[in-house]
Amino acid sequence: MAEILLSVVGVGKRFGGFTALEGIDFQVRRGERVGLLGPNGSGKSTLVNCVTGTLRNEAGEIIFRDERIDRLTTHQRIRRGIARTFQIPRPFASMTVRENVEIALLYAGAPAGNERVPHGATEDDAHHILEEVGLQAKADERSGSLTQVDLRKLELARAMAAHPQLLIADEAMAGLSMGEVDEILALLMRLNQAGVSIVMIEHIMYAVMKFSERIAVLVAGRKIADGDPQSVIADPEVQRAYLGE
Amino acid sequence: MAPLPFLGVSLASAAAVYGAGIAVGNEYLYFASYTVAQYIVLATAWNILGGYTGYVNFGTAGFFAVGAYTSVVLHKTVNLPLLIMIPVGGLVCAVLGLAMGYLTLRLRGVFFAIATLAMAIVLHTLVVNWSFVGGARGAYIIRPREVMFFASYSEYLFAVMLLLAALAVAIARWVERSRLGRGLAAIRDDEIAAECSGVPTLKLKLVATTLSGFLMGIAGAPFPYYVSYVDPAGAFNLAYGVNSIAMPLIGGMSSWVGPLIGALLLGTLQQVATVTISSAANLLLVGVLLVVFVTVAPNGIVGLLQKVRGQSGARKKQNG
Ligand SMILES: Nc1ncnc2c1ncn2[C@@H]1O[C@H](COP(=O)(O)OP(=O)(O)OP(=O)(O)O)[C@@H](O)[C@H]1O
Ligand SMILES: [Mg+2]
Repeated sequence: MAEILLSVVGVGKRFGGFTALEGIDFQVRRGERVGLLGPNGSGKSTLVNCVTGTLRNEAGEIIFRDERIDRLTTHQRIRRGIARTFQIPRPFASMTVRENVEIALLYAGAPAGNERVPHGATEDDAHHILEEVGLQAKADERSGSLTQVDLRKLELARAMAAHPQLLIADEAMAGLSMGEVDEILALLMRLNQAGVSIVMIEHIMYAVMKFSERIAVLVAGRKIADGDPQSVIADPEVQRAYLGE
Repeated sequence: MAPLPFLGVSLASAAAVYGAGIAVGNEYLYFASYTVAQYIVLATAWNILGGYTGYVNFGTAGFFAVGAYTSVVLHKTVNLPLLIMIPVGGLVCAVLGLAMGYLTLRLRGVFFAIATLAMAIVLHTLVVNWSFVGGARGAYIIRPREVMFFASYSEYLFAVMLLLAALAVAIARWVERSRLGRGLAAIRDDEIAAECSGVPTLKLKLVATTLSGFLMGIAGAPFPYYVSYVDPAGAFNLAYGVNSIAMPLIGGMSSWVGPLIGALLLGTLQQVATVTISSAANLLLVGVLLVVFVTVAPNGIVGLLQKVRGQSGARKKQNG
């Protein structure tokens, strides 16, 4: 089996008196495609926020490529190879679509991690990435005026521009049509074939089942199942807590 | 245009203004133009933090005064030439900017703005109680009787401030188009998304406060020589804080052109108002213009021009 890329060990997170995550153990191997399921409010996005550093976890450890990262700043974690999309898109609204992507290329996209991207290279790279997600026609539009669907594509484009080893897609397909879901699925597959591990958080079961090699399920801040898709879906506890509702 | 040629153009413009100034040869003209040029530096400095990065600094007067009082201290102790005092004043304010950044940049929005205002008030109080620099009564600065290459000291100050304005504008333009400027814009748009794109937000914000502080300091350093008499009321004048915000706002905050236009326009108007009406009319003028612009043209004059030129012109790729 491939090496473990990301290891979340006993992670907990509280908001005031509310326990959003408790004792979460979660691993992603190099090259793996993992689905992360759970009802609304179960803590999926909170887990992403803890892994990327947008939130600090209170208990447990987060290890990426054999390095403890849970006290690093977010940009340091991004530069080490973790990228994420935001469930509610957060574009740089005053910039064009291309400029959005260039930010990530300039600041996180250097393959070695911290080096600067040579001048001129970013424009080609940005063009290439926008082509991949199907936004090349809108490269010069202001990102603040994009539709929801295009904003989701931009989220993916920006995450790709960071050249991650692990990409966490937090509901990247919400609101997309069937055809667009298939496009994004194909895109994520291509990325995965290029060696990027992917965690897909998604409510669209069809996409999750088609994509995932493994599925983990969160319910009320706890992980209740983790394994191959068929057996996780068949698990009575999962059915009761999530699918059966 | 690449940064260096632009610096050339910018310096040449300053030289042209200087040439026109001495052709007229009027001391009052030097005096008035000095003020306008000083506002170009202050507005440009403010905009690096306020316009590019999205952090509103109400403490411009604090930085300006620290630059000015650094010169007073140097004048009373070692009495260096002005051209050395200016970078020293800048460096002191750079350190002040860095310190302010460390203490306040974790605050967002209105809390950051209030903290900068509080800092200016604290500095004001310190200076009022510091008898070495004259306390509340202020200090007299005796200008050197003559200065090489220039007909008068006023003419010299006029030239120096034009030079500083040219430098400030060139620096702002360079920042705007650099990797740094892109990062600052990302911070302004969405700080969390910026971090998630690899932007070291805290570091960049500290660079912005430091650089902005430095430029405000160099604007203040020659001030004691310009007025010959500095007191806290003059150096910490409300007008510096208000103008350094109003000028970029009226000109447009998204590019270096905005503060330049704003300072030229508002600075000149204020000078005219001072002569024709009274200096009390200045702040009133600023207030009225601010209200008009905030409601009618929130993106300033630059924004208006871009609208007129149409999206195609405005959105054209910004190369070199
Ligand atoms: N910053 C915050 N402050 C307080 N409570 C929060 C915060 N962020 C999330 N929560 C709460 O934590 C719980 C988990 O939220 P989270 O966004 O992680 O859920 P999720 O599994 O991503 O849900 P969804 O499927 O709706 O996206 C929710 O009850 C939410 O209200
Ligand atoms: Mg969520």
